[in-house]
Amino acid sequence: MIALLLRDVRLAIRAGGGFGLSLMFFLILVNLVPFGVGPNNELLSRIAPGILWLGALLACLLSLDRILALDYEDGSLDLLATAPIPLEGVVTMKALAHWITTGLPLTLAAPTLGVLLNLPGSAYGWLAISLLIGTPALSIIGTFGASLTVGLKRGGLLLSLLVLPLYVPTLIYGGEVVRRGAEGASTQTALMMLGGITAGCMALIPFAAAAAIRVGLR
Amino acid sequence: MSTSQVILPWLICITAACLVVGLVWGFFFTQDDFRQGSTVKIIYLHVPSALMAINAWLMMLVASLIWLIRRHHVSALAAKAAAPIGLVMTLIALFTGAIWGKPIWNTYWAPDPRLMSFMFLLFCYVGYIALWEAVDDVDAAADMTSILCLVGSVFALLSRYAFIFWDRGLHQEASLSLDKETNIANEFYYPLLICMAGFVLLFITLVLVRTRTEIRSRRIRALMARERMA
Amino acid sequence: MMPDLGKYAADVLLAYAVSIILILGFVVFCWLQSRMAVKRLKDMEDRREHRG
Repeated sequence: MIALLLRDVRLAIRAGGGFGLSLMFFLILVNLVPFGVGPNNELLSRIAPGILWLGALLACLLSLDRILALDYEDGSLDLLATAPIPLEGVVTMKALAHWITTGLPLTLAAPTLGVLLNLPGSAYGWLAISLLIGTPALSIIGTFGASLTVGLKRGGLLLSLLVLPLYVPTLIYGGEVVRRGAEGASTQTALMMLGGITAGCMALIPFAAAAAIRVGLR
Repeated sequence: MSTSQVILPWLICITAACLVVGLVWGFFFTQDDFRQGSTVKIIYLHVPSALMAINAWLMMLVASLIWLIRRHHVSALAAKAAAPIGLVMTLIALFTGAIWGKPIWNTYWAPDPRLMSFMFLLFCYVGYIALWEAVDDVDAAADMTSILCLVGSVFALLSRYAFIFWDRGLHQEASLSLDKETNIANEFYYPLLICMAGFVLLFITLVLVRTRTEIRSRRIRALMARERMA
Repeated sequence: MMPDLGKYAADVLLAYAVSIILILGFVVFCWLQSRMAVKRLKDMEDRREHRG
């Protein structure tokens, strides 16, 4: 399983696509926001938490179809499905690899990008923490979406349609942590809910995703 | 097929009767509310459609479970048949709600937990239907959509509580519930009950009709495949 | 016969119109679909009888 994880991470970095691309997308998106809402520092700092979370979510979405599509095309997914390690484990490792190559860089980059949006000083820590806790859930839910659409011709668009509603709870609690952090209010409940969602997703979603992959490969 | 063949005409008659009586009673023969004026008449469409929008998803969830556990083909087709009905009900609830909201809350749309939950439900229906359309193999499509329905239900519940956490909202509490002493006044209550019964019956009728259509289309597919082989 | 809807007449009528159009449209759509399925199935089965 570790070998599988290393392989996926190495492939993602070497292929050049997923790794840098979603980070650049995040950067550009955050830079485009002031053009959209107008050059108003006060307004920007108010919407910054939401924009940063949304940006991270969309950047995450961008690379989801690569989680399984490449393996499906060259047939290695069939091999993995018949391999002695359980498919649930494979799915978890794939999601983890996706998180290491997109979620983690996004988390590290987000506070820097907060400067561009004039994020209030008290919110930087909460932004980093909430993204650190929340992005694994995004990766694993995305893996579930990818496994539902594996092998479909028009999978990419359908994938975002299926996954975006499932991202809603994560986005709400994540955005709420940063918003309350920025206002200096208590973030405990939102943070705990966010952690709960991530933990629950990590525990349960791999089973659903593995079941979907088995159906897709049948 | 034969049972539904027998009961369908009766069901259609009762459904039509309930809907016509309920809506006509509600629209023509009820007083205006002292605060909301005549807009209260929208309740006869808004509440029943919202009820069925949620119950249609519940029915799909049960049907999906039956398909996953017992591999009963009609069950999968019934879930498929119910989804567009749920979608239409959600649309009606959203539209009537928006029209009702304009005079009362002075806005068509507000980021309110209940409103957002229905938007969420709408996306769930659209995604579910899109997945059915996208997968070619019928059994695989039934499996995929059933899994999606299960996971979607969990996330729908999660989102509902997340929405409540996120904002308290404008929407009033449920106007009907089983565990409350005081519901809305009797004058609005009886036509509303008839309308709700009408919408439930409408849902059942449409599910039956659409499931029959699905069964027939599957038979057509099978025959076509056999002809191509020959 | 028409009840007095007061100043909200347009809203109420619009709500009823939208809902009734949606419901009726959907019912007609389902009905046509079902008719078409019945007809096609009958055609195919007739053809099979003729040949078989």
